[in-house]
Amino acid sequence: MSPRPTVVEISNGAAIRLIAGREISTRVKSKAFVWTTVALVAAVVLGGVLLHFVGSQSDTTQEVGVTPEASGVAEQLVALGSVLGTTIETQEVASAEAGEALLRDGTVGAVVTGTDPLTVVVHTELPDALAPVLGSLAQQEALSSAVTELGGDPGEVGREIAQAAPDVTALEPAPEQDNAQIVAGFVAGILLFISLMTAGQLVAQGVVEEKSSRVVELLLATVRPWQLMAGKVLGIGVIGLSQVVLVVGAGAGTAALLGLVDASSINLGVTALWVIVWFVVGFTMYALALAALAALVSRQEDVGSVTAPVITLMMIPYLIGISIAPWDPTNPLVVWLSFVPFCAPMLMPMRIALGEVAPWEIALSLGLSLALIPVLVWLAGRIYSNAVLRSGGRIKLKDALTAS
Amino acid sequence: MGAMGALTIESLNKTYGQVRALRDLSMEVPAGEIVGFVGSNGAGKSTAMRIVLGVLEADSGEVRWDGRPIDLAVRQRIGYMPEERGLYPRMKVGEQLVYLARLHGLTPASATTAMEHWTEVLGIAERRGDEILKLSLGNQQRVQLAAALVHSPDILVLDEPFSGLDPVAVDVMSGVLREQADAGVPVLFSSHQLELVEALCDRVGIIKSGSMVKFGGIEELRRTDDRRWVVDGPPAAGWITAVPSAQMVSSQGTRSVVEVRGQAADAVDQEILRAAMAAGPVHEFGLLRPSLTELYRHVVTTDATVTDRETVSA
Repeated sequence: MSPRPTVVEISNGAAIRLIAGREISTRVKSKAFVWTTVALVAAVVLGGVLLHFVGSQSDTTQEVGVTPEASGVAEQLVALGSVLGTTIETQEVASAEAGEALLRDGTVGAVVTGTDPLTVVVHTELPDALAPVLGSLAQQEALSSAVTELGGDPGEVGREIAQAAPDVTALEPAPEQDNAQIVAGFVAGILLFISLMTAGQLVAQGVVEEKSSRVVELLLATVRPWQLMAGKVLGIGVIGLSQVVLVVGAGAGTAALLGLVDASSINLGVTALWVIVWFVVGFTMYALALAALAALVSRQEDVGSVTAPVITLMMIPYLIGISIAPWDPTNPLVVWLSFVPFCAPMLMPMRIALGEVAPWEIALSLGLSLALIPVLVWLAGRIYSNAVLRSGGRIKLKDALTAS
Repeated sequence: MGAMGALTIESLNKTYGQVRALRDLSMEVPAGEIVGFVGSNGAGKSTAMRIVLGVLEADSGEVRWDGRPIDLAVRQRIGYMPEERGLYPRMKVGEQLVYLARLHGLTPASATTAMEHWTEVLGIAERRGDEILKLSLGNQQRVQLAAALVHSPDILVLDEPFSGLDPVAVDVMSGVLREQADAGVPVLFSSHQLELVEALCDRVGIIKSGSMVKFGGIEELRRTDDRRWVVDGPPAAGWITAVPSAQMVSSQGTRSVVEVRGQAADAVDQEILRAAMAAGPVHEFGLLRPSLTELYRHVVTTDATVTDRETVSA
């Protein structure tokens, strides 16, 4: 005889938790999911390391030897170098001959041997990074001699020159983005696109899997359609969110550890948090839309065509985002679309990363998206409930909306 | 859960576009009885069962259990086997059954116990760790039945549970259904295997074009107004004239079939027997009752009066 089990009436919350739990455990056990996550984390960490490597190579310190005769210009060289964007280190060489030896083994790029006029010895030719620095130095030396000859104070003239700068009034000041902000903007856009796309597709495929395997009939004999949809969206959402948190955490951690953002005005923590918030908002909207559309078809091979409008809707802000926003964050198209629900989840975090957004703009954009979610819940619930048990051909959206 | 009650289906109507799938369909499945549901493909059996499960909504009519309209809480106590079999193809047998049991409100521990029990009973215990798609069709069918039973349902609604089963599995399935009925569960199942229905069911419902054309106990259904007897003895042609109300239907060697049409005295069988014995020795005399198959053929091919009935209250 069969055992009489303990049976409790199952609440809405319990049903949704069970359904979400199955989604989560199924994904976590899937090799595809594990490897995608590993690949994404690795890509972000390796990207950071690569950036660090390339970055430190570009501002390689230039070594310049200075003979005792020219020791007076050492300080000036370093100062001029920093103005012109070249880090210069000087080292005293005992004589021109000692300097030659250093030049030949490549320890120094140039040796300054005299100041009036400025004489420089190089191995084959003057390194590109040193040419403007030494050129300016020569001009300053020449100017100093002339000022001295005319009875003036070369020091005072030097200070005046250093302070002299044109007073520039810009009609439309161009926003200043540093490299770290541009990279962060790119990464935010790409990451949100990939994760929203992946998680959204999982929802669509999951809905059709239940329809095509007919298990949905068995499930709906015990749970309500909206519970099934909510559980699926919640479960895949949790999975997607943990993936995003992992990747964002790995990226932000790498950037902080390697000091990639030290010189930048980006607030890494705030940007990372916004990326996560916008993932949640974007996923909710896209998942609802995709779940409803996927319920209209019964075969996996029809998922692509039925979800195409939403996928296209996802591509537009993404392409606009990565092709315009990093170079022109105040572009009107980018700004306006960043308020439009379905576009905001990709464009707004990019604007936040690029640092060109006011708090009220974020609030407005978020508010508009959040306001649309209840409408989407209602629409998606209706379409899904009406369509999910009808198998066979593709159901028209209009029929799914009107049928009771 | 409390005591078992009867499952009552009353005046169900359902229309798909132009097609009237159900017309005023009513039937009752008493607690502890097995009711067989027969009818040709598209007659409305699956539609009726899906309405009981709430996966389909009727245009009108009601389904009650124990006198109360069925709600979600009661539906969770139904064991269901849909016509279109369905399980997660890539989920393991054991995990899947535990999941379904938990969706029906079982605690994790009792869900596991129930899964172990039913996989044992249905002979699929060693397949618990396998994904459904790796199982043979017969074994998938057993898992499907386990899915219907795993939460110890108070009502069983099974759409063609015997299709695709080997003879051993048919015996196992029959045994399980009988056991469930004996425990007080009303069992409703559909089948095209009429001999099986005849052997297993307490009652039978024959459905045609969405209407219930016959419903009742098997014995009750086989009792017809026109009665026939088989006589093994002297050929009927020689003695049938002695009984004015009887006619000969057929005669082959010593075996004759005689018929009395319409209402006749209960003792008419004695008259026939006496007439035959007067003509010679009688070795066998018995009432010929139609099998369910004959009854079904008769109902499905003729019985125009019922199908033309239009009593739908929209």
